[in-house]
Amino acid sequence: MKYHAKVYVSLKKGYSDPEGEATASALQGLGYSVLEVRSSKAYEVSFEAETREEAEAALDEMCRRLLTNPTKDDYSFELSETR
Amino acid sequence: MKREDIKVLLMRAPGTNCDLETVRAFRDLGVQADLVHVQKVFRDKNLLDYDIIVLPGGFSYGDYVRSGAIQAKEMEYRIGKEMVEFVDTGRPVIGICNGFQVLVETGFLPGFEGRSQYPEAALANSSHGYQNRWIRMKNVGKGNCTMLGHVPEDHVISCPIAHGEGRFILPSERREKLLQRLYDNDQIVWRYVKADGSFADGEWWDNPNGAFHDIAGICNPEGNVLGLMPHPERAYYGYLMPEWTKAGAPEKYGDGRIFFDSIVKYIESKF
Repeated sequence: MKYHAKVYVSLKKGYSDPEGEATASALQGLGYSVLEVRSSKAYEVSFEAETREEAEAALDEMCRRLLTNPTKDDYSFELSETR
Repeated sequence: MKREDIKVLLMRAPGTNCDLETVRAFRDLGVQADLVHVQKVFRDKNLLDYDIIVLPGGFSYGDYVRSGAIQAKEMEYRIGKEMVEFVDTGRPVIGICNGFQVLVETGFLPGFEGRSQYPEAALANSSHGYQNRWIRMKNVGKGNCTMLGHVPEDHVISCPIAHGEGRFILPSERREKLLQRLYDNDQIVWRYVKADGSFADGEWWDNPNGAFHDIAGICNPEGNVLGLMPHPERAYYGYLMPEWTKAGAPEKYGDGRIFFDSIVKYIESKF
């Protein structure tokens, strides 16, 4: 089966996010009532797996082994089957 | 071992920089320094032909994903076994700037229980963006990092930093515990200091990136894998030091020489 995933990686709460802070400040400067911006990174991954469970397990491992550094990053993903 | 027989392997990846400065520093000290592309190292897998491995600075693979992450994973699946073998022999592995990021991403540093499968620390983006300027770092090691045995305790080196991601952090929930562990193991080697030699105490400018506990460089518990964000090779010669023109002529060597000199002297006497 072919799968497509959108993976979102963001800094864990508790770590300062300079990119988010600078962006918030710029948005406030533009006149918006912005309270906070947290930056995140997104990846789209297309891959093959036998079952949905295997796909989820593989994706989880990809996140832990390369897409994130577990010391500082949180991640989430949306997984869908494709033709 | 004789100085002229010492062989240094500098691994160059796409986006590496300061590799030539590092080669010049080692060659000036009378040792052999080979600058080899990582792809060739991956093919030859001849790490054990060398006495020192250096991962230089730069922005390997364009800092894609995170600084050092891609190079770290490539090394893991291409020469992971050979790297572990090399480290187990006790020979020095040194990561400068991007090299430090690679050593953290490969799990060799901090390496509390040997090489970890996932990184146990991170070099995150700093609060003031990319910084490229001179800083001061103090040798706070108590002797575990034996390759720096010829750098006196509390010795301060002035040299440049040049990075966007160099804020040393430990997992927030275990931060104090792991800091204590770093101290117990004598793994903290370099800390950022002010002009008067006192610790930067997290204050920006002297601590250029918000690094936890002013940490600029650490080693593994065994002391033979060392990573640091500052660039001592960019301060090797006197003419590279700032403000020498005020003195009329530069000294022959700069602050960074003692770093490389100590490593070479260590290899000479130990192996």
